[in-house]
Amino acid sequence: MLRRVSATVSLLAAAALALAGCTPADPAGGKTIKVAYQKTDSFTALDTMFQDAKKEFEAAHQGVTVELQPIQANDDDYGTKLALALRSPATAPDVFYEDTFKVRSDVDAGYLLNLDSRLAAWKDWDKFDAGAKEAGKADDGGTYAVPLGTDTRAIWYNKKVFEAAGIALPWRPATWQDILDTARKIKASNPTVIPFNMYAGKGTGEGTVMQGFYELLYGTGAGLYDQDAKKWVVGSAGFKDSLTFLQTLYQENLAVPPADALDPNVWKKVFGDWFPKAQLGATVEGSYTPSFWQKGGSYEWPAYAQDMGVAPFPTRNGGAPGAVSMSGGWTLAVGAETKQPDLAFTFLTTALNAKNSLQFTVASSQIAVRTDVAADPGYQSANPFVKDVSSLVSVTRYRPATSDYPRISAAVQEATEAVITGKRTPEQAAADYDTAVAGIVGGDKTVRK
Amino acid sequence: MARHHQRRQLARYLPVLPAILLLAVFLAGPVLWAFQASLTNAGLTGRHARNPEWVGLENYQRLLQDPVFPLSLALTVLFVGGSAVLGQNVLGLALAVLLRRARPAVSAVVGTAVVAAWVLPEIVAAFAAYAFFSRDGTLNQLLGGMGLAEVDWLYAVPMLAVIMANVWRGTAFSMLVYRAALGGVPAELTEAAHMDGAGAWQRLVFITLPVIRGSIATNLMLVTLQTLAVFTLIWVMTAGGPANGSSTLPVMAYQEAFKFGDIGYGTAVASVLILIGAVFGAAYLRLLREQKP
Repeated sequence: MLRRVSATVSLLAAAALALAGCTPADPAGGKTIKVAYQKTDSFTALDTMFQDAKKEFEAAHQGVTVELQPIQANDDDYGTKLALALRSPATAPDVFYEDTFKVRSDVDAGYLLNLDSRLAAWKDWDKFDAGAKEAGKADDGGTYAVPLGTDTRAIWYNKKVFEAAGIALPWRPATWQDILDTARKIKASNPTVIPFNMYAGKGTGEGTVMQGFYELLYGTGAGLYDQDAKKWVVGSAGFKDSLTFLQTLYQENLAVPPADALDPNVWKKVFGDWFPKAQLGATVEGSYTPSFWQKGGSYEWPAYAQDMGVAPFPTRNGGAPGAVSMSGGWTLAVGAETKQPDLAFTFLTTALNAKNSLQFTVASSQIAVRTDVAADPGYQSANPFVKDVSSLVSVTRYRPATSDYPRISAAVQEATEAVITGKRTPEQAAADYDTAVAGIVGGDKTVRK
Repeated sequence: MARHHQRRQLARYLPVLPAILLLAVFLAGPVLWAFQASLTNAGLTGRHARNPEWVGLENYQRLLQDPVFPLSLALTVLFVGGSAVLGQNVLGLALAVLLRRARPAVSAVVGTAVVAAWVLPEIVAAFAAYAFFSRDGTLNQLLGGMGLAEVDWLYAVPMLAVIMANVWRGTAFSMLVYRAALGGVPAELTEAAHMDGAGAWQRLVFITLPVIRGSIATNLMLVTLQTLAVFTLIWVMTAGGPANGSSTLPVMAYQEAFKFGDIGYGTAVASVLILIGAVFGAAYLRLLREQKP
């Protein structure tokens, strides 16, 4: 009997030991820098950049190991996974790839290290574009993240479809009405093509607002958030007008059928099917669009350079500044609880040096944030559209990246979905949105404009 | 003597101790953690990520006022009732009964086809179902080929699509349970009923079903609990849309906790789900206990 008991006890002890063995120990006094970032089938440029940086860094710092931890996920899932890892100091990476619109809330959570003193000592920091630097700043004015690249949004159109409909090229709409007129003309000349699509509904998530609704909203002079008062805007005429524009597009079948619009994979059809097969006239998409079509992209299409054109999205009536664009972009940040803040920061600067930045910016069709990269001939000739989309930086806007933003964005997406499916009129959907916003942030944090 | 006996009884539990410990750590632990988190305003990011505050029952109050919650609850009941209790359970029983009388070749082919869906990993099955029901999918091509009107399944009738997909995926389990149970029905009983003039339908209702009652209860419990927790299938096919038209409780919990970063609220939804599962589990266990003398 006793023997059986002691056997069980020793078994338990062995299990406990084995479990304890799972805790990673520092390999023989060496130091390790953990780097977390995103990698997908169609997005390997960042992986390449970190592989190169690892080689460079390990050669310069004997005894330090860089442990790369690529996370295979889409943007949303990557954000979730990273946030979960950051919750515990045991799993938090030392250096990581961070979405600009999460910087503020992650600083609030205490996940990011303040980089001010270290950046002041980094000579390359002056080479970063001043506007892009803003993306790494938190509410306290300190900088917590270094921009990696940015993007802009514009109208991408298929020249073949436009030529067939007898529209003069290059096309540059000056007002919303120009867009509708052109789309109707295409519809009349060939009813089988989709004249002008804009993402809407919850299926395409952030794509709905970044490549669609915000271009409309900011072109009316209205906004989403009053930065000075730190309040969310409700009841604006611009919001209703933007919804009405979407309603027109979808009701007149100038955009895709609502069922397609709500399919989360609709963007794959845009890039992979409709544009290459000349079944789509135009859509609003990001400056990274060529990365899908160039060599090594997910939907290789060599003819895109001749067949596609790009135009800025106009303001409603052509008022100043004449164009609207939205920007996102990603940064690199250092974990607040890292044991080697200096080494981690040095690794960050290695990853973002001129050579690595250039390679990454070109491979992923990003807009350069370093002035020396922007001036490089290799960058300027990366694809035929670099100049057009880079010039939109002067009119571009960023999302109000507060902790409440994801819910507000979802409320906007819901409003667009209700309108394009015909369940609500633009007035009703706008009123629903106002109620939703008051519910999310509280009535005292909203302002009527 | 009595004490010795008692000690012996206790020692008998020792071998199950590791299993109990594992269950406590990996099952009871997360459940308790979820419940505790649902009483806080814990977030994925922002101020409350590191230092969540105790908010009592606020999340549950919010849940009761949330217009999505009753919808989610109703959809969950519809999903479990339609795809598990009715779909998988009845279809599985029907297949098991029919396959016993079918020719061996037919039985093998049908059995393999049904089990194939069960063998697929959930994510693969989910993609297959998406490809089948999507707008340009197999189903619409078949319908189009027959000259019938095409339907946007995932958009117009999302619940019907996910219920059918779950029936397709899960029926094999019920079928296997019932095939095993039917094998245990004494042949003399059915034969005697046959001699007494009972038809096939009467034999099924008055002999077979009462005999396999225990298996029915067990199967119902297992498929109900499995179906309550189905997430991947729905997430891949419709992501809860359109307009929350297929957002069952697991989808709602995921969206709140991870998409909106509101862990406290998300775990409150999850806690309600656990409660519903517990009620179902208790009901079925009672059913199981009653039938034993």
